Parts: sequence; structure tokens; C-alpha cells
Amino acid sequence: MIQRRYPLQAAGAGYVCRLGPFSIVYQPLHLLVAFALLLLVCVIATYSMTLGKFNLSLLQVVDAIRGAGEGGVKDRIILNIRLPKVLTAVFVGAALGISGAVFQSVSRNALGSPDVIGFTTGAATGAIAQIVLFESGALEVALAAIVGGVVTALVVYLLAVKAGVVGGYRLILTGIGIGSILSALNGLMLVKGNLDNAIMANLWLAGSLHARTWTHVYPVLVGVVVLLPIMMVLKRALAMIEMGDDMATQLGIRVERVRLIMIFFAVVLAAFATGAAGPIAFIALAAPQLVSRLRQSRAMSLFSSALMGALLVLAADVLIQWLPFQASMPIGRMTGIVGGIYLIWLLTRSRQF
Amino acid sequence: MPADRASVSVIADVMPSVNQARDSQRRRWLWAGLVLLCAVACLSMFIGTHTISPAVTLAAIFSFDPSNSDHLLVMHLRIPRTLLAMVVGGALGVAGVIMQGLTRNPLADPGILGVNAGAAVAVALAIAFLGIQDMAYVMWFGLLGAAIAGVGVFVLAGVNKGVNPVRVVLAGTALSVVLLAFTHMITINSHEMVFEQYRHWSVGSFQGRGFDVLLPATLLIAVGLVIAFCLSQALDTVSLGEDIGQALGVNPLKIWCFAAIAIVILAGAATAAAGPISFVGLTAPHIARMVVGPDHKWLLPFSLLIASTLAVLADVLGRVVGYPNEISVGIMIALIGGPFFVFLVRRWKISQL
Repeated sequence: MIQRRYPLQAAGAGYVCRLGPFSIVYQPLHLLVAFALLLLVCVIATYSMTLGKFNLSLLQVVDAIRGAGEGGVKDRIILNIRLPKVLTAVFVGAALGISGAVFQSVSRNALGSPDVIGFTTGAATGAIAQIVLFESGALEVALAAIVGGVVTALVVYLLAVKAGVVGGYRLILTGIGIGSILSALNGLMLVKGNLDNAIMANLWLAGSLHARTWTHVYPVLVGVVVLLPIMMVLKRALAMIEMGDDMATQLGIRVERVRLIMIFFAVVLAAFATGAAGPIAFIALAAPQLVSRLRQSRAMSLFSSALMGALLVLAADVLIQWLPFQASMPIGRMTGIVGGIYLIWLLTRSRQF
Repeated sequence: MPADRASVSVIADVMPSVNQARDSQRRRWLWAGLVLLCAVACLSMFIGTHTISPAVTLAAIFSFDPSNSDHLLVMHLRIPRTLLAMVVGGALGVAGVIMQGLTRNPLADPGILGVNAGAAVAVALAIAFLGIQDMAYVMWFGLLGAAIAGVGVFVLAGVNKGVNPVRVVLAGTALSVVLLAFTHMITINSHEMVFEQYRHWSVGSFQGRGFDVLLPATLLIAVGLVIAFCLSQALDTVSLGEDIGQALGVNPLKIWCFAAIAIVILAGAATAAAGPISFVGLTAPHIARMVVGPDHKWLLPFSLLIASTLAVLADVLGRVVGYPNEISVGIMIALIGGPFFVFLVRRWKISQL
């Protein structure tokens, strides 16, 4: 194994790690950021399991998870109520972070998120229609949100394809068009619907981590665990496409295929996340941007974005439990506040980017 | 070389005439647009939920009789409403052009400067805590919120330390998300009548706006338009990129300051008067760019006309489709404009920013 300092870019230096015919380039700062984020996620996740109506100590939580707990009510609270909730938060955040990173790369736009392709608005349309028009239960609403989001993304993609090519720019514009039609429909249903149903829909739009069980966790957990490694392999090709379709084609990348697969995976992840916790605002947009500011590099990072997304959702959840007053603080809005303020703070601090 | 010189002089002879021909064609289009706008505005005077014969409407305009209730209705409801739709639509169209030209981002709408979110949170506060119901007062709160948020984004993005479009876009989005999250929390935690009132404001409408809303809005927007049209040449240079712009001798900071003032005035007054109408500001500039290309001298008036016509048309259709009630203009605009926009994006050659 040979290590050599390798000047990758003007700003920092990278190292190459070689093992036989294989080699991988890494940068210490990037590794440091990823490691710090991972550590923070673990610590906050464990800590947030001690919070709640029923106070538990850190030791009890750790014991219960290790399977060495004393049994009884406390273990059941931890394993059946708090652990699913925390895992939902972690994997929903991770899924949205990855999804956002992909869309910001595909659209070459700092404002990229699954919303670019109309996903979030479509999911809201599905859910609001179920609540306002059919007055259905929570499971149907979640399914309708997933179906609504995926169908919308598909329609936007198909409308943006012209002669087998979907340019990033045309994708954005088509997404704007379809997104605004759907958000008008959402507004129409909210205004014309019965007031009680409209209030229910307004609550769903705020997102929730309440009463999450293992059935909420599994889809999004499996999605992240299976898709993240595949996407990390395809990431290099997608990064090439950022230089422009023509350049990437010359470098031997099947531009359309890579783009389609990555968009598809990103939408699937966003769909699982929305199904598990409703629409969680801003994570998809903020997480990749925060990571790129911490790493001082514009290069996309799926792994760190996933961790940052998880961290933001966890932090928002802990903050809600800390707040003393009795007002209802939906997680989907709190993530907006936490992510927004953090991003603003980072922006005012650094001069770069 | 005589041959070369000849060909150069031929080009020199041909170029101005080509430009002139194109300009006169654009001028014709502009006149056609103006005629269309007037036609739609007339429609808006004659059509409404209360049926008034065209003869009575004409009489109300030309020989107003204060004792006739139909005359009063035309004079105090339909005329200010039609004018407000024209003014608000035009303001949003122009604000959108400036925002997209400055940030060079196709996803940027006037709301990026935090204007919509600022207005929304101020209106929600006014409704929830001060119990204000009259539109004429709500408007002033909206305007105040929009102005504060606009200045906030400007300061947070550190524009005074050097202009960076991506930072402005991110700071604006982050602040908007935070403010909208607060708005959402206010509506969730207050009495349901607050949500009832807020949901009607939040979709955007010209219903029940009289001269007391029209006059201040028009005055403000006129000031904004003057600033905007003075900036048209500077915007051309800014949209070439910061470096080239500076090389061509423009002071980016000065342009950004004036442009921000124009956007806050235009979008702030429009949002305060009619509620958030996001679609026009985002898409009218794109449509105008497809028609006349990226030259701001033409882009600004075309976007103004397109947005204005769209707003009046949507307002009329909202009254026809929703009869005997009405569908608010913010919803109608996206419902009729959205498909049209997607069609244009598919059919026409996209003129990138």
C-alpha cells in the first residue's frame, strides 16, 4: 500500500491509496467531516432515546439496545417506541440527504431537491386528495403520497425527454411547470375542502415522527442500506456529467442511462422517506449544501450528505423535546428552522462559495 | 484584400438592417400583446359572479350614477380589481426577470429574496395575534414583512462584502424556509378561524380589493418599474457573469442594491396586495425569453405584458369556472399557465439564462 500526496485541486491536497491494481483518492478533510458526522449522529441518536415523558438514563438505553437490559416496561419503551422513532428519523434524514445531493448534481443547481422534479408537490397532492376528498386513514395517506410523488416524477421525466435526451435545464423547467400546476391543485383542495379536513391536511403537511413503529422503519432503512452503495459507485459518472453532457460522453459515460438510474433511485429514496414521516422540509436542499461548506469543496458527497440529513432530523427532534412550552411543534417544520438557521450561520461565516 | 473588404462591408451593411427588422418585429409583437391585455381587461369588466349587462357596464364607466347599485359594483369592485390584476401581474413578471437575471438561476423567483415568506409570516402574525381582518390593513403588514425579509436576506448573504449569486439564492431560500416554518406553526397552534382566514390569503386572490388597496400598490409598483427599466442595460452585463460585468465597467454592488430595492418594492407590494402568487414571477420571464431572447431591453416589457395578461385572464376564468363562487387567481394562474408552460418548454428551443 503506497501513500502519496497528490495535488488534486488548488484549494486542498488529496492522497491516493493504492492496493495492487486498485486505487482510491481521498482527502483528509472529507474523511474527517464524514467521521465527525457519524459520531454526532450516533451520540445524538442515543441521547434522544433518553428523552421523553418517561425519563431514562443513558446507561439503561445502551443496555436495552445491547439486549442486556433488565426487561420490563423500560425495555419495551426503548425497543418498541423510542428506537423505531429514532431510526425513522435517522434513515428519513439520510434518504433525503442522498436524494438532494443527486438532484443538485443532475440539475447543476444549488436549489436542487426532489422538488425539482415535482416529487414533493406530487406527494402532497396524493396525501391531500386522500385526506380532503376521501377522508382515509394514515396508511392510505402514506401510500397515496408515495404514489403521487413517483407518478409526478415519472410524468415530469417523460415530458422532459426529447429525442431520448433529457437536458438538465429542460428537466428543471418542466418540473417548475408541473410542480406549480400541482401546488395550485393542492391550494384548491385546501381552500375548497371542508375546514376540518383542511386542518388535518395541514397537519400532515407538517410531517411527523409521532407513533412510528418498525413498519415505518423497514422500508426506508432497507432503501438506504441497499441503494446507497450502488449510488456511491455510480457517483463518479454523475460527477463527470456535471461537466456537461458532451464532455461526459467523450469520457465514455452513458450519460442518459446514468442520469436516469440516479434520478430513479433518488426519487425512490424520497418516496420512502415521505411515506415514513410525511414531507420533511429542507433536508434535501440543505444537507448537501452544508456538507459542501464543511468540506470546502463543491464535489458531491452522498455518504456525508446522508449523515448530515440524519443529523439535522435528529437535532430537530431533540430540540422539539427540549422546548418547554406546550405548543405543537411538527418535525417537518422544525427541520426547516434548524437547517435554515444552520445554513444561514454557515453562509455568514464563510466567504467561499 | 478587396474581396475580404467587400465581404466585411456587406456584413456591416446587412447587420443593422437585420437588427432593425428584428426590432420592428418585436415592436409589433409588443403592440399585439398590449391589445390582447386591453381585450382581456375589458372582459374582466364585463364578466363576474353578479350578471350585469354590457350596456349597464358601459354606462357605469362613462356616465356613472351613484344611486345605481350595479354602477357602484362596477365602479368600486370590478374596475379596481381589474386594474389591480394588471398591476400585480406586471410587477411580478418584472421582478422575476430581475431576479433571474441577477442570480443567473432559472429556479429563482422573486420569492427568493424572502419577500413572499416575509409577507406570509407578517400576515399570519397580524391575523393570529392582532385579529386583523380588513384586507387594506393586512396589506401593510405584508409589505412590512416583505421589506424586512428582503433586507435580511441581503445582509445575511453578505452582499456588502461581495456579490455571490449562489449565496444570495441559498440565504434567501434558507430564510424563507425558516419564516414559512414559523408561519406554519402559527397556523397550527392558533384558533381554527385563523387558519381559515390564512388559507384564503395564502392562495392569492383579488377578491374584495378596492381602491384602498389599489392606489398604494400602484404607486409603489410604479416606482419599482421605473427602477427596473433603468436597470435593463446593467442587467445585460450582470447576466454575463460577475467578472465580465466588472470588466465592462459595471459596479455589481450598486446594481445589486438597486435591483434588490426594485424586487422588494415590486414583489412586496404585489404579494401584500394579492397574497403570494408564485407562478407568474417564475414562468413569465421564461416565456418572454423564449419569445425575444435574453436582451433585457425587450425581456422586461414582454415579461410585464405576459404576466399582466395571464393574471387578468386567470382572474376572469376563476370567476367563470367557479361560478357561482370563484376560484382564486393564484390557483387559476397555475392551472391554466402550467400546461401552457410545459407545452412551450417541450416545443420551443429553450433560451438558457
